[in-house]
Amino acid sequence: MSDSPAGHGPGDIDENGRPAGDGPAGDGEAPGAPRRLIGTPPPAKAHALLAGEPPGRPPAARELPADPPDPAKAKRAERVVAACFLIAMLAGIAFIACYVIFTGSTLTDVQHSNLALGLSMALTFLGLAVGATIWVRRIMPPVELTEQRKPMRSADEDRAAFAETFDEGAQASQFVKRPLLRRTLIAASIPAAIAPVMLLRDLGPLPGTSLDHTVWRRGLRLLAYGANTPIRPGDFSSPGGMITVVPDGYQDDFNALAKAACIIIKFAPGQIVYTSQPHPVPGHVVENWTVDNIVCYSKICTHVGCPAALYEQTTHHILCPCHQSTFDAARGAEVIFGPATRPLPQLPMTVDSQGYLVARSDFTEPVGPSFWERS
Amino acid sequence: MPSISLRRRRPAAGYAVIALGLLTVGTAYAAITSAAAASASAPGITSQNQLAEGRAIFLQECATCHGLYAQGTPGVAPSLIGVGSAAVDFQVSTGRMPAREPAAEMPRKPVQLTTRQIHALAAYIASLGGGPAIPTAGQVSIAGANPGLGQQLFVTDCAQCHNFVGAGGALTYGKYAPALTASTPTQIYEAMLTGPEAMPVFNNTTITPQQKRDIIAYIVETRQEPNPGGFSLGRVGPVTEGLVAFLGLLLFMVFAALWITAKHGKAHE
Repeated sequence: MSDSPAGHGPGDIDENGRPAGDGPAGDGEAPGAPRRLIGTPPPAKAHALLAGEPPGRPPAARELPADPPDPAKAKRAERVVAACFLIAMLAGIAFIACYVIFTGSTLTDVQHSNLALGLSMALTFLGLAVGATIWVRRIMPPVELTEQRKPMRSADEDRAAFAETFDEGAQASQFVKRPLLRRTLIAASIPAAIAPVMLLRDLGPLPGTSLDHTVWRRGLRLLAYGANTPIRPGDFSSPGGMITVVPDGYQDDFNALAKAACIIIKFAPGQIVYTSQPHPVPGHVVENWTVDNIVCYSKICTHVGCPAALYEQTTHHILCPCHQSTFDAARGAEVIFGPATRPLPQLPMTVDSQGYLVARSDFTEPVGPSFWERS
Repeated sequence: MPSISLRRRRPAAGYAVIALGLLTVGTAYAAITSAAAASASAPGITSQNQLAEGRAIFLQECATCHGLYAQGTPGVAPSLIGVGSAAVDFQVSTGRMPAREPAAEMPRKPVQLTTRQIHALAAYIASLGGGPAIPTAGQVSIAGANPGLGQQLFVTDCAQCHNFVGAGGALTYGKYAPALTASTPTQIYEAMLTGPEAMPVFNNTTITPQQKRDIIAYIVETRQEPNPGGFSLGRVGPVTEGLVAFLGLLLFMVFAALWITAKHGKAHE
């Protein structure tokens, strides 16, 4: 905006309704010629529509030249633009053709289809856009125009007329004179306005205490997820082992697994820091809840619920891939790094009569991230 | 000779002496190692000879860090007693061992021993205290394996570190889970069996040999997955894809905007 000095922006209007900063130094403009504005009415008598426009202003001279400045260059540009448009047309046809040709339903077919459709569509729009830009830049005359805004405020007589009409209507409707009608109408509209609020209830039943519990219960076997086989402590016997386990009977219930998924970790003797207390103690593993140096933790990170199962057997660290919360598995999964604020809950375990690992009970605290009503 | 002694103070003399020294040491080293290699490839060895050869390789390549009796060095290298021949084969056949230097994670690099030497070394380490053995070709064959179940198992117990298609990922303190793109079925099997470095152990009673073959089949199959777009972008998911889209498209748009708004031709001069 090199031609708008003194703090005026484009679209500003001075006291006479003319664009501010309308100097003779405009690009490619005859000195002294008034500037034609995009969006303003054509010159001559309609000028009076502009608020504050003094009537009788001389019509502005025509400012947009009909011909390009350099016909030879324009001719060359024309061919380029036409080529762009032809490419766009062919690519558009190719898009339709690709849609018809790529019809397979395997993953690879879909990938090929996406690639062909995406490329042809991109080429279509790119051809159109590049062609249009070259058209504007190389063929149309390079004239900068400023678009003028009308004032937001209506004319005084329009405002007065509106007020008069409103008043007439209000009187004629007897809204003011007949309070019975007025009050019953207002009373009728209040429930109708409140009713949509009630629909919010359909957003679902409240979670209640469901976040406090998982499907784990006494005697439920731990299944090695994937193969879904129960586990004997003697099978899971190599120190440094880690595997994902799910409750027996819920291996395909993803809603249940969202809270109940666990990992079991096998330690070498002496690696775990135990507590003999029958409840969680910070920095300790509840010994009574383990079997043969096998510990079971919730797989759901206590930060925002990602599956925390990057287990480093050398350091006993469980790492959550989302935000790098790190838990020390040998010390009751206490948090040693990252944004998590609570240890991963430990699942009480024992073995059943056939020697398989089973849950001793549900978790003794809610698993996963914090929530509003968490005690 | 007088001419050499006359030139000994020239600027180039120092460089020449160092170059000569390096050449001598290098040649001597090459002679020694080639002698060792030649002796290693001597035909007709018995099991006893294999152990002796393995011990010789161990003393030469491994004992500096792992100790003369493979007892390990606290804080530097673990004990190798009881790790089994599978662990040795995994570490040496992937080139991770012998290590160039202690590091948070030993990188995969070109193999430095021949298969024969590796098997001799593995036999020697196994003789110290047993441990998982190198799987046979039949044990790691993916013929008839079920890559569908393999995928389920992989996603459950491997993908958190190695990524869904085995592209690898970061761990803590400079450690990382390596990409599985170059791993042979035998190496994958051995890694599951022995849990190298920070990797957990998946012994044969936790993940059965059949399930291990399923997992291997899945990993091998994902490698053959075509890339219709031309680039896999590391197959690490939306991170690189987003980065490429963001940087590439953003740059494209910035330049497009520059081009569209650039001043050009003075028309009304």
